[in-house]
Amino acid sequence: MHMTPPTFSGFGLGLRKEHYRDFLDTDVPIDFVEVISENFMVDGGQPRDILRRVRERYPVALHGVSMSIGSSDGLDVDYLRRLRSIADDVEPLFVSDHLSWSRIAGFNSHDLLPVPYTSEALDMVCRNIDMAQNMLGRAMLFENPSSYIAFDGASMCEWEFLADMSRRTGCGLLLDVNNVYVSACNHGFDPHAFLRGIPADRVRQVHLAGHSVGPGILIDTHDQPVCDDVWSLYGTAMSLLGPVATMIERDDDIPPLAELMAEVDMARDIATLSARREVA
Amino acid sequence: MNLAELQHGFRSSLMDTDDAATGIFGASAATGLAVYRNNYRAQLVACLEVSYPQVRRWLGDEAFREAAISHIVSHPPHAWTLDHYGRDFSDTLIAMYPRNPDLQELAWIEWSLSEAFVAADAPKLVDDALWNVDWDVARLRLTPSLRLRPATTNADDLWLALDGDTDVPQGSMLDAPGGFVVWRKGFSSQLKRVDATDFDALAGLRDDPSFAALCEKLVERRGEEDGVRRAGELLAEWLAAGIVTGIDG
Repeated sequence: MHMTPPTFSGFGLGLRKEHYRDFLDTDVPIDFVEVISENFMVDGGQPRDILRRVRERYPVALHGVSMSIGSSDGLDVDYLRRLRSIADDVEPLFVSDHLSWSRIAGFNSHDLLPVPYTSEALDMVCRNIDMAQNMLGRAMLFENPSSYIAFDGASMCEWEFLADMSRRTGCGLLLDVNNVYVSACNHGFDPHAFLRGIPADRVRQVHLAGHSVGPGILIDTHDQPVCDDVWSLYGTAMSLLGPVATMIERDDDIPPLAELMAEVDMARDIATLSARREVA
Repeated sequence: MNLAELQHGFRSSLMDTDDAATGIFGASAATGLAVYRNNYRAQLVACLEVSYPQVRRWLGDEAFREAAISHIVSHPPHAWTLDHYGRDFSDTLIAMYPRNPDLQELAWIEWSLSEAFVAADAPKLVDDALWNVDWDVARLRLTPSLRLRPATTNADDLWLALDGDTDVPQGSMLDAPGGFVVWRKGFSSQLKRVDATDFDALAGLRDDPSFAALCEKLVERRGEEDGVRRAGELLAEWLAAGIVTGIDG
């Protein structure tokens, strides 16, 4: 029987070292923080101590970038053991990673590379998710990544792949609204079709972030504020999803905390309006 | 093309600079693949810059970037964590600068300080740890963060000056070889250069952690009275510094 990912409704922020002192010394008005799992999957020292102290004050979500769930040669067992260890310590709200791959034949790109939307890839991803969830002893969430290339031979679209993946493995979904927008612009699909196509009852968390505009392509850089189009898409998403956890994700050019808190407040306002619209 | 073939092809397109590998995904994929290829290299260069800030300052931006690119070509990443990527960077520096032992030792210092920062925690020494110790059988527990290397240059002076943004001395050979000791005290990585006798004494504890063996080694070098006295002094120093974190027996 599948494990079920937990539910949580609230607004959070990615914990980055520039704001450690804020989170340790003051009461930041948020409902949870999300950390990059790998930054704390170390043997000891200050990073683990900071995570322990932050966890005493806030619920924590563990968000990974290195599981490589789409690898055709399976998962790294040592990685899973380390992730299990930190998850047992932290007792996180969620453990999440991306629908992507980074590792093949001992090589690790350290990037979120795209998975082809084929039956063969879906079977492989589902086998890997089953293994990960069994080793971690909990249901995971998987995020839709931004992508810059679409492969020939796809037999389904991204949201169909995500829906089947979630149904077959019991995993939850982490909906990154900026990634939907970036991929929709890069590949020419309708982002609203994506939002309508994923199973709303499987979404447990939403990411909001900024992107950069390159020559003929959008790039998911997480170094900008959330743009107006993505805020608008977020409003649509929240009217479809109902109350789920939302967080602001900034990884580069980190501004003062107040700027990010303004984005958290914006997300709260939009989610509240969307809920009212849904009720009306 | 099945999934494994696609992923092997993608790997080649990231690592190779020619267009042959990218061709397998068609012309329409060129712009997207260029983004992934740029991400791959930029991330690894940034990783080395973060891991070796003082080596970068010592070499200069242009020379460091040249070394980083050479390293990325010859050492593709394997580990699940980027934190390990710079581990072999000193091999690249040795190949590019074979006559600069100061640079090689500077790189070792910088990497070891990073490793020590996240090494496993050692249990705190209990207050009565030295009571009722039978010194004939006592074994010293070293901190898991300890890193040792023979020293032939003043690379520690270079690192301290670069890190402190003070006048950087010329790299030079030491009058007599010694050793570098890197470890973590609390949450702070530490660096110290010691003479050859003290270095051998500390390094010897990795093979035989007994206090008796430490005394024997120092007695060989310094004679009975001075050797035993020095063993006591070193033990006190290492306990205070957090290099020795416990005594069994």
